[in-house]
Amino acid sequence: MRTLAQTTDEILTLAAQQFKVARETLSPNDDFFKTLGIDSLQALSLLTRLENHFHVELPDYELQDVSDFGTLAGRIQARL
Amino acid sequence: MEPFEGKTISWGEHNGVIELSLHRGPCNEIGSETLEELESFAEVLRTSAGNMHTLIIHSVMPAGFCAGADLRELYRRAYQQPRTSGNSIAEVRNFLVRIHAVFNAIDDAPLVTVAAVHGVAFGGGFELALTADLIVADRTARFAFPELRLGLIPGFGGIPRLKRDLGNGIARDMLFTGRSINATKAQTADLVSQVVAEGEALRVAHALASQVGKFDLNAVRAAKKFIKPVPHAELLREIDIFCELFESPAVAAGLRRFVESNSPLPYLP
Repeated sequence: MRTLAQTTDEILTLAAQQFKVARETLSPNDDFFKTLGIDSLQALSLLTRLENHFHVELPDYELQDVSDFGTLAGRIQARL
Repeated sequence: MEPFEGKTISWGEHNGVIELSLHRGPCNEIGSETLEELESFAEVLRTSAGNMHTLIIHSVMPAGFCAGADLRELYRRAYQQPRTSGNSIAEVRNFLVRIHAVFNAIDDAPLVTVAAVHGVAFGGGFELALTADLIVADRTARFAFPELRLGLIPGFGGIPRLKRDLGNGIARDMLFTGRSINATKAQTADLVSQVVAEGEALRVAHALASQVGKFDLNAVRAAKKFIKPVPHAELLREIDIFCELFESPAVAAGLRRFVESNSPLPYLP
C-alpha cells in the first residue's frame, strides 16, 4: 500500500514527464494549471495518465475544485 | 472513390478500406463547415462505397478524436446574429436534422465501421464514435456527455445509440453526471472493443480492417443489418427534446458561460 507521500511523489513525477518540466520544480502545494501552464484538455490527459498508472477511476466531478497536486493525491489515495 | 482533402476532414480509399480523417483544430469541433464536408462524405459513402468493406474514422489532431459541437459557432448563430424572425430554433433544428442524416448514414453504412479514438471524444465527438460498429481506443482516450451542464441533452444521436449499445448503469451514469471515462472503463462497459497503446489505434484499426476484408461482403452486410438496427424513432424524438430544451434561458446562460469563460476548465464536466 502506497503512503500519501509516495502517491504525491509519483503524481509529481508523472506530471513532470508528461508536460516536460523538471521534477524538482514541482511541489505538492503547486496549482497544476498555473505551474504546468495547462488547459482543460491537457488536464484531462493528465487525469487519464494518473488513472492508468494508479489503476483507479476518478470521476471528474470529484476533482472540480481540485487544482493542487497535494489535494489531487489525497483524492487518488482514497481510491487505492 | 476519389480522394478528398477538405478544410475539416479528408478521405481516401486503399484496398477496400476508406479512411476518414478529422483535421480541424483545436479538436475537430463540429460546426457548419464540418457538417457540409461530412454531408459530402455521406453522399460518397452512399454512391461510391459499393466494393469497400471497412470505414475507419480517426483524428489527426493531437488533442483527440473530437470535442463535440462547435459551441462558439452555435452561440454566435443562435444569439448574436441579427435576425428578423427570431427563429434560431429553426436553425438549430435544421442543423440537427442534417447532422442526424450524416450520422445515420455512417451508422447504417453497408460496410464495417471503426472509430479509432485517442484523447477526447466528448459530446458530439462521442456521438460520432457511437455511430461506428467498433471503437478501438488508445490509452489516452476519454469519453463523455457533458451536455447536461449546458441544460441540454446530447443532440447528435447520443442517447438512442447509448441505449442501443450499453447497459443502463453506465449509460445513465455518463448522462446524469457528465463524467468522463477512460478507455479501460469504456472497455469494461462494452463501449470499446479493443484498448491499445498510445498512438496505436489507427494501426490496429487497419489490422482489423484487413481481417474484415477476408470475408464475403454480402455476409458482412447481412450480419451488420441483423445486429445493429438504427433507432430511427428515438433519434427523431431526441431532436424534438433538444429543440424544446434549447429555448430555455438556462441554455443561453450556459453557452454564454462557456464562450466567455477564461477558466482553464471549459471542457471539464
